[in-house]
Amino acid sequence: MNAPITTMAHRVVGTKARRIEDPALLRGKGRYLSDIKLDGELQAVFVRSPHAHAKILSIECTAARQLSGVVAVYTAEDISKELTKLRMPLGFPSTTLQSDITPFVLAYREVAFVGEAIVMVVAESRYIAEDAAALVEISYEPLEAIVDCRKALDPAAPKVRTEAISNIAEHVRLGYGEVTQAFNNADHVFHEEIFVHRGAAHPIEGRGVLARYEREKAELTVWSSTQMAHELMHTLADMLGMDQHFVRVITPDVGGGFGAKYLVYPEEIAIPAVARTLGRPVKWVEDRMEHFLSAIQERDQYWYVDVAVNKDGRLLGIRGKLLHDQGAYTPQGINLAFNAASSISGPYIVPTYEMDVYACQTNKAPVIPVRGAGYPQAAFVMDRLLDRIARELHIDRAEVRQLNLIPKEKMPYAKGLRSRAGVAAIIDSGDYQACQKKALDVIDYAGFAKRKAAARVAGRFIGNGVANCVKGTSRGPFESALVRVSPTGRVTVYTGAMAMGQGIGTSLAQVCAEQLGLAVDAVDVTTGDTGHIPLGMGGFASRQAVMAGNAVFEAAREVREKALKTAASILEARIEDLVIRNGRVEVNGVPGHGISLADIAKKLKGAPGYAMPKGVTPGLEAAYNYQLDAQAHANACHACEVEVDPQTGHVLITRYVAVHDSGTLINPLIAEGQVHGGIAHGIGNALYEKMIYDATGQPISTTFADYLIPFATEIPKLEIFFIESPSPTNPLGVKGIGETGIIPVAAVIISAVENALMEFNLRICEAPVSPVRILELINKSKTTEAGT
Amino acid sequence: MKPDRFTYHAPKTIDEVIILLNGCPDSKLLAGGQSLMPMLNMRIVTPANLIDLNRVRGLDGIHERNGEVVIGAMTRQRDIEFSATVHERLPLLAEAITWTGHRQTRNRGTIGGSLCHLDPSAEQPGIAVAMEAQLEIVGPNGLRSIPMLEFGSALMTTVLLPNELLTAIRFKPWAPGHGWAFTEFARRHGDFAIVSASALLELDKEGCVSRVALTLGGVAAMPLRISVAEERLLGTKLGPADIEAAAVLCQNIDALDDPQIPKWYRQQLAKALMCRILPTALSRAQVPNQ
Amino acid sequence: MTTFNSDEKKLTVRLTVNGDEHSCDVSQRKLLVDFLREDLLLTGTHSGCEHGVCGACTILLDGETARSCLMLAVQAEGASIETVESLANDQAGGDGLHPLQQAFWDRHGLQCGFCTPGILMSLAELLRTDMDPTEEEIRLVLSGHLCRCTGYQNIVAAALDAAASIRNGGRR
Repeated sequence: MNAPITTMAHRVVGTKARRIEDPALLRGKGRYLSDIKLDGELQAVFVRSPHAHAKILSIECTAARQLSGVVAVYTAEDISKELTKLRMPLGFPSTTLQSDITPFVLAYREVAFVGEAIVMVVAESRYIAEDAAALVEISYEPLEAIVDCRKALDPAAPKVRTEAISNIAEHVRLGYGEVTQAFNNADHVFHEEIFVHRGAAHPIEGRGVLARYEREKAELTVWSSTQMAHELMHTLADMLGMDQHFVRVITPDVGGGFGAKYLVYPEEIAIPAVARTLGRPVKWVEDRMEHFLSAIQERDQYWYVDVAVNKDGRLLGIRGKLLHDQGAYTPQGINLAFNAASSISGPYIVPTYEMDVYACQTNKAPVIPVRGAGYPQAAFVMDRLLDRIARELHIDRAEVRQLNLIPKEKMPYAKGLRSRAGVAAIIDSGDYQACQKKALDVIDYAGFAKRKAAARVAGRFIGNGVANCVKGTSRGPFESALVRVSPTGRVTVYTGAMAMGQGIGTSLAQVCAEQLGLAVDAVDVTTGDTGHIPLGMGGFASRQAVMAGNAVFEAAREVREKALKTAASILEARIEDLVIRNGRVEVNGVPGHGISLADIAKKLKGAPGYAMPKGVTPGLEAAYNYQLDAQAHANACHACEVEVDPQTGHVLITRYVAVHDSGTLINPLIAEGQVHGGIAHGIGNALYEKMIYDATGQPISTTFADYLIPFATEIPKLEIFFIESPSPTNPLGVKGIGETGIIPVAAVIISAVENALMEFNLRICEAPVSPVRILELINKSKTTEAGT
Repeated sequence: MKPDRFTYHAPKTIDEVIILLNGCPDSKLLAGGQSLMPMLNMRIVTPANLIDLNRVRGLDGIHERNGEVVIGAMTRQRDIEFSATVHERLPLLAEAITWTGHRQTRNRGTIGGSLCHLDPSAEQPGIAVAMEAQLEIVGPNGLRSIPMLEFGSALMTTVLLPNELLTAIRFKPWAPGHGWAFTEFARRHGDFAIVSASALLELDKEGCVSRVALTLGGVAAMPLRISVAEERLLGTKLGPADIEAAAVLCQNIDALDDPQIPKWYRQQLAKALMCRILPTALSRAQVPNQ
Repeated sequence: MTTFNSDEKKLTVRLTVNGDEHSCDVSQRKLLVDFLREDLLLTGTHSGCEHGVCGACTILLDGETARSCLMLAVQAEGASIETVESLANDQAGGDGLHPLQQAFWDRHGLQCGFCTPGILMSLAELLRTDMDPTEEEIRLVLSGHLCRCTGYQNIVAAALDAAASIRNGGRR
């Protein structure tokens, strides 16, 4: 595949177009799930487990049912009558996972994490539903809980659920190359034990689902704040025993996803099931407490790794073990752990590799990817190893990275590992060394030593760091698009891609507008409505710029060609002499001689007895499912400077530079915004965000006062730069960007903090790191020093 | 997260409030709502009666009276923040209030609400302790006044009887030319302090400390005056050795301990923060003329 | 479809919202944010946490920002409330957008838009009294809000642009 097609005279791709989503959102006219009001709608509330692990002995709902305004109360037994099965299907196919590992629609006989839904109350208002929920009496027999995922390897540890065969959901060994040989021949081998914790997603809009069943037509319509409308549709069809043609999922405006909405949840099945029975619309809007307790999150990973290097600092191999906290159920698969383990090498050449991955079950909320999806953990581990190497071999940290980065000349570069689908991972393009060089130049890395020394004299502790990352951004197998010009002239794009704030609507409108000679705001984009487009995959893994972008590109191109062919026939002109401009196809240089797209559409909608123009199929529209198995790899280099207060442990980020390569950028403004958001979230992961559970599995951080998401006062000015290495994998040459911003952040900040505290000779092998922890490490190093 | 049912009352006078408090045993007083409403929404508290103080006449305002600054309990933190009287006469309070929450919460939050909620990390109780404020309380038997130092009985519990209402806080300003400083360490801007420190001092005409109040917040259930450190500083010129000594004495207090913020950390913060504010307070203090 | 009549006692609240007078019966415990959204159908104000940290519910109450999830509807008796829906002035020419809204649009100051209305109200409050805020002052005001999407940077840029626009004669 060659360079993107930018021969369009009318250039829209690559421009900083203002978003078409914005006017409505700015006026407060957005239509999020809880804004939709249907006549007669009921509100649902879930009674959730207060125990991390317990047997359910009895459930008493009489008082709840009798409360005025309560319409129905459901236990697992009640709701199983509405479902083909009580247990959620596994999200991603697997032949190796234990069976009986997915959540229940409502817990039956046993609860396995605090927050697990047991009873559903449906009432006239949320207020009344919460009153009734408080009247539900459930008696439990508490069981022992497994809380620390490391205990999963201990056969004597309490079982996460009585049904579980083992606390290890899955054990996978990844690797390539002759690892043992590499280690035997190495000049140096270093061992590190690294702890990475990432927290929850916390979109400011929580989850929500609204369902309406029309009895006469036996049609179910479900609105959900989701990142996977089609998957939800299929799961509903499966769980409710309906054919997909009678199930429509419509996605409203979504107030952020970050992975928390890339799952079909029990609540999304329970609500439609009872809407069908009750004959009234039923709505559930997640509150923040519920998001803390029962939305997916990421948590602990314990890495025990060895790295082999030669005396110059060149990587020879990495091996080790990963213990990953999977939570009480595995709703999708262990892709998070798998991603983390398989992306350790990142943008570096790691000739041999072996990692034992244990997905460990614990009595805590289920774990699937949050923005970054395992890559942040991998980047953190890799960067800790590189810093270790630099320190031990007295090589500059940037230099050891430069030495090991995959050079541009080696692109496309075949990494050793294969994907879950068995495809060899090949990095398509990128100039990693140039990215790092730019970042270091901008931040004046070379001059830092001097600044650091001067600061130290003034009693200040400053440090710097640099980190690199790579992310595959074209997760397949396909994405769908339908581009249609109506006889009214309206241009609409329908796609299985999903919007959650990232501006995919505008981006796709730009791609379409460029092909059809239109302004961006002349294109309407509808995402995530299964009634308009039958197939789709959704928004995750930074894939939509590539997958949906190219789907729209191909569909719009086909529409363009149809329009030109039809116009050529009607205008009796040659296609080469035609241009599309402002909704019209005209003979170049003869503006009066043209035909509007609307009129072409009218022609192509068909009239009895009149033939279609030669070689043109009916309808000024085209559908395209863009397939891609290769991965378009985006990359980034981040560099930062921090000041650490060794008396309080406070970390102030004084400079932050990010150089990103996401190939051809559809909209540079949107791309930059994605990086801003990713970095802010990454700062949260580096210094602030931790989902804390006590020893019995009780979540401790359950409000925004305990769980710290950075405010504007905690985020420094971000200096963002783009390099464009178009991806040869796809016609547009684009790569994704949603997650690259977050991936190297914890790595670069922790590196800088460690650097700032160099004289204390401490190593920071964990993220997040808190002021308490920093002071603890400083104190420990002083004691050690004093003791020697 | 919606509140449980309650009966809402909106009294207009202090007398009406007392009558309600007497008549409704299971009640909560609603001031600015920034602390109570989250608890109601989460159903952590479920009072049968909610008595809204926001319409009660005579509970807000900042006045000077008999050499004291009297602040009504329902005075909004925002009004304290922008009060010329407070800036001039109670500069420590003016400084501390800017660390309290965010603009949006200070618009509604009240000083009385903060004192009665008595979070160990809250800034306003800390200043009230530092300045030995007197609290005016109205009950069925009339008025009583107690010193702030006697206001707390346990963690987040005051000595207020169920039928009593805090009406005003009386601050006695320190002498013109006094030095003051406040700081706190919090994770994010506007968060509750992990530890806060404040210093007030007056100098005699030799430039020696003639009066001093050192207060730590976040280290105990109530803000703590560190009298051993105060004694150490009296009569000194607050040189580096004096500051260090006082700060070490602050570190030696017995602090709150929890798994996230251990005792030793609060102690270290106490020392560090005290070291930082004493020079600031000194720089603001003026040596009086003959 | 019969409307359900709760047995909860209701109180009448009279207030002005975005210039319109209302007199409504509400249950005593109904939160102001829910009243605005459900009874007045002003869904621009959002509920993100219900414990006063995220700021998505921020409105202007008698000209000052307040978290509407931390107020009862009945507490708004006699008050004048402004929500995001009041910012645009469609009687004026052009897009009718408030300078803040225009600046947010131009600067890509919103992504999912869920936190945006609350932030617009806080910035509107700021700019009414301070037409030349520094970046630091803007970030202080923004610290009363959580945004998970934007990293705040473009919001700050938009606020600075809006301030400049207002100083140069744009309306407030």
